[in-house]
Amino acid sequence: MVAGSYTAALGRKSVSKNGRPGSRPPLLGPAAVFIGRSWNRVHAMNDALFIHRIHFAFTITYHYIFPQLTMGLAPLIVVLKTLALRANNPAYDHAARFWTRIFGINFLAGVVTGIPMEFQFGTNWSRFSQMTGGVIAQPVAMEGVFSFFLESAFLGLFLFGEKKLGRIGHWWAAFLVFAGSWLSGFFIVMANAWMQHPVAYRRLQDGSFEVASFWGVLSNPWGLIQYAHTMCGALITGAFSMAAVGAFYLLSKRNEVYGRMFVRVGTIAGLVASAAQIFPTGDLHGRYMAKHQPVTTAAMEALFRTEIGAPLVIIGQPDIERQRIDNPIVVNRLLSFLIYGTPVAEVKGLNDFPKEDWPTNIPLLYFAYHVMAGLGTLFVLAMMLAALLLWRGALYQARWMLWILMLAFPFPFIANIAGWLTSEVGRQPWLVYGLMRTQEGYSSTVSAANGLFTLLGFMGLYAMLSIFYIFLIQRQIDRGPETAPDHGSYAPITVSGGAA
Amino acid sequence: METAWYILVALMLAGYVVLDGFDLGAGALHLIAARTEQERRMLLQSVGPVWDGNEVWLLAAGGTLFYAFPLLYAASFSGFYLPLNIVLWLLVFRAMGIEFRMHLANAVWRDFFDGLFSIASLLLMILFGAALGNVLRGVPLQPDHYFFVPLWTDFRPGPNPGALDWYTALCALTAAAILTLHGALYVIMKTTGALNRRLRAAVGRLWTVVVVLSIASLIATVSVRPTLLHNYRAWPAGWIIPLAVAAGLFGVFYFSRAGQERYAFLSSCLYILAMLAGAAFALYPVLLASSSDPANSITIANAAAGPASLSLGLVWWSIGMAVAIGYFVFVYRMFRGKVGLDSAEHG
Repeated sequence: MVAGSYTAALGRKSVSKNGRPGSRPPLLGPAAVFIGRSWNRVHAMNDALFIHRIHFAFTITYHYIFPQLTMGLAPLIVVLKTLALRANNPAYDHAARFWTRIFGINFLAGVVTGIPMEFQFGTNWSRFSQMTGGVIAQPVAMEGVFSFFLESAFLGLFLFGEKKLGRIGHWWAAFLVFAGSWLSGFFIVMANAWMQHPVAYRRLQDGSFEVASFWGVLSNPWGLIQYAHTMCGALITGAFSMAAVGAFYLLSKRNEVYGRMFVRVGTIAGLVASAAQIFPTGDLHGRYMAKHQPVTTAAMEALFRTEIGAPLVIIGQPDIERQRIDNPIVVNRLLSFLIYGTPVAEVKGLNDFPKEDWPTNIPLLYFAYHVMAGLGTLFVLAMMLAALLLWRGALYQARWMLWILMLAFPFPFIANIAGWLTSEVGRQPWLVYGLMRTQEGYSSTVSAANGLFTLLGFMGLYAMLSIFYIFLIQRQIDRGPETAPDHGSYAPITVSGGAA
Repeated sequence: METAWYILVALMLAGYVVLDGFDLGAGALHLIAARTEQERRMLLQSVGPVWDGNEVWLLAAGGTLFYAFPLLYAASFSGFYLPLNIVLWLLVFRAMGIEFRMHLANAVWRDFFDGLFSIASLLLMILFGAALGNVLRGVPLQPDHYFFVPLWTDFRPGPNPGALDWYTALCALTAAAILTLHGALYVIMKTTGALNRRLRAAVGRLWTVVVVLSIASLIATVSVRPTLLHNYRAWPAGWIIPLAVAAGLFGVFYFSRAGQERYAFLSSCLYILAMLAGAAFALYPVLLASSSDPANSITIANAAAGPASLSLGLVWWSIGMAVAIGYFVFVYRMFRGKVGLDSAEHG
């Protein structure tokens, strides 16, 4: 029953988005009556727009599992390598090498799932690409030219060139890989920010967009805030992952030198990042959004009616049909205070916006946002607790806290992805906010069946990649930091005659 | 301005084919030519530190194409939807094959990853060759410049072709042969011992195949689309390109015989660059020809981004690529010379 109404909602949504007369094949006229409600399900999977949206949503969501760890681990590896240089303690070198091995596997997964993203603008969203290529492609192409070349050039040296480069040289290789990955994130966030908040553009005669100011696109205020927020999120993932491996070693009473090191570095980095995630970056992001996408804010908070002294809903399921919230737990006036700094400010509700501009999937938007914000709050609490114990010298013996740290690591991945869902579902029904609607952007030449075919292909391929990924990462954790490097492929062999 | 970007995009694609071409070719040879574990490690070591960077040329070329000619990017990527997605899958398989292999010591897994790497490399060369064949032949563009080709129709390059017909299949085979030879020359240059000797012995036969297929595909191209000779008639200076093709081919033959491995590989680079230059010169100013009504063709004029975008882009693109080429010189210098088997390196 629940599943039925869910798919029915999807079907209805896609019909209204599509708005094409005769999009229901006439052949099924009498049959559709017979099939009844289940028709909607069939229809959704027949709808090319729906398939292209799911295609992008699935591939980008899966992809973002990896880059957030790449961008989160890279600076922590630089920290470990810096400590190794300063303290001259070989344990830090082993630790850096251990995380570098995990980084290498993770980086590869990020690269191979990232390549399809760059091409998917063209394959599945061709009308969008044609119209916005003059702007969007600037950061996308700059990512390729400025950061992919940098990353790929130094990744090989970072993974395999420690002896060849020496300690200082290898530190620089690590640093440049870190810089490349963060630069890459910058360009992609800037491309997305232009879709959220288009600036510095001009429209040509055919309606397409071109860049009016090079720096304007790269200094979009929305993007700068979003970038800071996204990088803090990545750092949280890196820090929690490091702390979790450390906690695992301490709880299993092996590699305890490294266990303590990982828990310590992870806790300190995690506390800083999770605090900065809420204030100032999350706070700024929320206010900027309330100003420029007020209807998204209303939908995120499930504020159906404009209110003076609007409440903040902490828990509760929004019922869009009846415009109410089931089993709500709310804090009165808090939403007004968070957005405008005063508890009596007026916050616009959904009723003040035309329905065709409402985000198309309000429940998903609402839950994504609440999952992100709820988890973000819990991260600060967990890290404050761990930092307090660390400061009192009790963390390594506090098994209950180590259990929390060990089990917490999946949640930053979820929170980061929920954050992106908030951003992207909240942008609907627009591709370029206020200028181009989602239904105007997809590849109308690619049929729903062809879209579904490649979507299924990606699902199968990524299932296989997931199995290898989990297996190989688990194997590295199991082997621990002090094991000899892997033998038997290209990695352990050196190049004779190379620059020493 | 549009012409400048046409040349830049063509250069980036050519850079991709020459660079990733050798590691694709090496991959295709991996299963057959490298027989022992030692030899396979040697072959992987020769491409291992550079393949990822080489593949970035494809991404950077794609991004640049998107920026300079949004309509071409949009129409061709959605039109070649199926083959392009298969290319993406193969790139994933291939990367797993190269990079995951070293993490597992088990011989069965090693064979599995070797197979993944080798078969994906072979299929990628074939698909890239077919892609070039499609561009040379033309596709059924509609008045709005969009199209969709299925994987195949009746295998004839008529007005309603699929991605694969006898002509594009010939192009695919030619590309596979050319890049396999290219990869062989690269591996020869980077290795010693039995692998090196075995590949040297194969170069002569591969070279003959390349010559035969190149001539066959040239004749086929001119018969499928005779208008491709138009630019050569209009600007006779273009005939220097076929001369460079011949020089490259001869260089491969001569230097391989003389045992000058580096020059043989560089000749192969010249040969590939000249072949691609010949195609780019013949196509200009059409980016993607219509196989039905020529008015529907995508040209540099109707596909280019706005003038401000194009002139702005020239600045950052030049700076970025100058720096990127700097990295490449640095990395290739770090990994220059033959692959050795002496000491163990941290992995």
